[in-house]
Amino acid sequence: MVTSVARRAPRRRAHRLKLTYIIVLLVFLYLPILVMIGLSFNASESRAQWTGFTLDWYGRLFNDSRIMSALQVTISVAVMATVISTVIGTLAAIGMHSMKQGWSNLLTNVAYLPMTTPDIVTGVSLMLMFVFVQWPLSKWTMLCAHVAFDTPYVLFSVLPRLRQMNPNLYEAALDLGCKPTRALFKVILPEIMPGVITGSLLAFTMSLDDFVISYFTSNTDQNLSMIVYSAAKLGVEPTMYALSTLMFLVILALLLIINRRSKLEEI
Amino acid sequence: MKRRWFATPYALWMLIFTIVPLLFVVYFAFTTRDGAFTVENFGKFFRPGNLPVVFDSFRLAFFCTAICLLLGYPAAYFLASRDFSRGRAIVVLILLPMWMNFLLRTYAMMTLLERNGVINTLLEALGLPPQSLIGTEGAVLLGMVYNYLPFMILPIYTVLKKMDHRVIEAAEDLGAPPMKVFSRVVIPLSVPGVVSGITMVFMPAVTTFAISRMLGSGMIYLIGDTIEDYFINFSNRNVGSALSLVLMVLIVISIGLLRKADPKGEGGALW
Repeated sequence: MVTSVARRAPRRRAHRLKLTYIIVLLVFLYLPILVMIGLSFNASESRAQWTGFTLDWYGRLFNDSRIMSALQVTISVAVMATVISTVIGTLAAIGMHSMKQGWSNLLTNVAYLPMTTPDIVTGVSLMLMFVFVQWPLSKWTMLCAHVAFDTPYVLFSVLPRLRQMNPNLYEAALDLGCKPTRALFKVILPEIMPGVITGSLLAFTMSLDDFVISYFTSNTDQNLSMIVYSAAKLGVEPTMYALSTLMFLVILALLLIINRRSKLEEI
Repeated sequence: MKRRWFATPYALWMLIFTIVPLLFVVYFAFTTRDGAFTVENFGKFFRPGNLPVVFDSFRLAFFCTAICLLLGYPAAYFLASRDFSRGRAIVVLILLPMWMNFLLRTYAMMTLLERNGVINTLLEALGLPPQSLIGTEGAVLLGMVYNYLPFMILPIYTVLKKMDHRVIEAAEDLGAPPMKVFSRVVIPLSVPGVVSGITMVFMPAVTTFAISRMLGSGMIYLIGDTIEDYFINFSNRNVGSALSLVLMVLIVISIGLLRKADPKGEGGALW
């Protein structure tokens, strides 16, 4: 009895110590963001004092034509990039699943390239090519770049689903007289659908979130991150707090949805 | 149509928008403005005047990695321990920032550190003199640690979580004291995660440009800023390409080393 209590006490203390450490880290990670969100509602323009609650900065956001056009660029690029990368990524996964090991390994390694190359090098390399072939740097070149870094996320969400699938299902459909195309839509696609949706959500989030690659691949059209960067060079501004707050909340919501579908740490 | 052809659009897209652009970096790195072959682009960057930039980038990235390891290892170890076996929400909270725009997070950091920022306001309220926090190396380092810490925690956490707890129990049963279990069993088993974490922090830290711009307020100048300048402001794409190529080679080397330390890819969450 005495020994068990004596043993438990330091254990509880150790647990409390661990918890405290984790909480301190969480405060470190989230405090700056929370302060910024708070300041986006501050009536005073200075960070020095709280002079009351306001939605003015949000109002200004929606009246700023530059920000609104950046919003349009961000969303249209993200939507188009998601659609294209979901289609070609899903097709690629199906194709790679029925390929010889060597080819499929090669294509998998290609998908790792955008993930391993530093963003700045990816951005610069695309810029060099676009300038060389004289494509004006606009939201279209940005779109091409986004599809290239989004597609691997779709691929890696769909491939595990295909591997888990019972290969006999497709064969059975064919044996029962189903045409291959129909079997693809009626048998394979429903099986891998959860992976396709997770992949497209990830692609959408990554596209909304991107700064570095967009910065180097677009000149005439700016996305929201590029607006924040050019504003940050001039100093801090409350409308940017409002913009950052909204972007944070949208990305956070998307990430939480993705995390419900599959563990984030396994992606 | 055979199903293996389904991968063609993907293969073509990756070829045109990932592989070919990287070849352009190689091409521009070895040519002059007029397209003649040269190796001078490398020399132009690595002249004595620029060496401090390279040195500073590696030094800051090194410190950032070391701090992330010191802060991140205990965090990963605690999160993987049985005390947090039901605390997946906390794990998600710690890892979420990895996926969130680093620019916005750096902007949030700016708010705290600015001359008239939150920290200085608090200091003044306490009657203390304001500090010049922004524009210092410390601010850039803090911003890097703030941004990259989750990248260190994730791979170590993944490896520790997968670790066979019976190995630890065996060590305990054989009479090893807790410190010895930790140093002789836990740490060696977590090496793949540590190596992966080091690469995942060091590589973005050494190539960053926005963090140093925003928190260094023009006083701190790193390799990433140099590349940005060569491409956006000075428009000397050839020297910029040479510099990017050097970075790429360094990264290929470190991935090679990583594969050696972690042949089964256990620590790789993103790789």
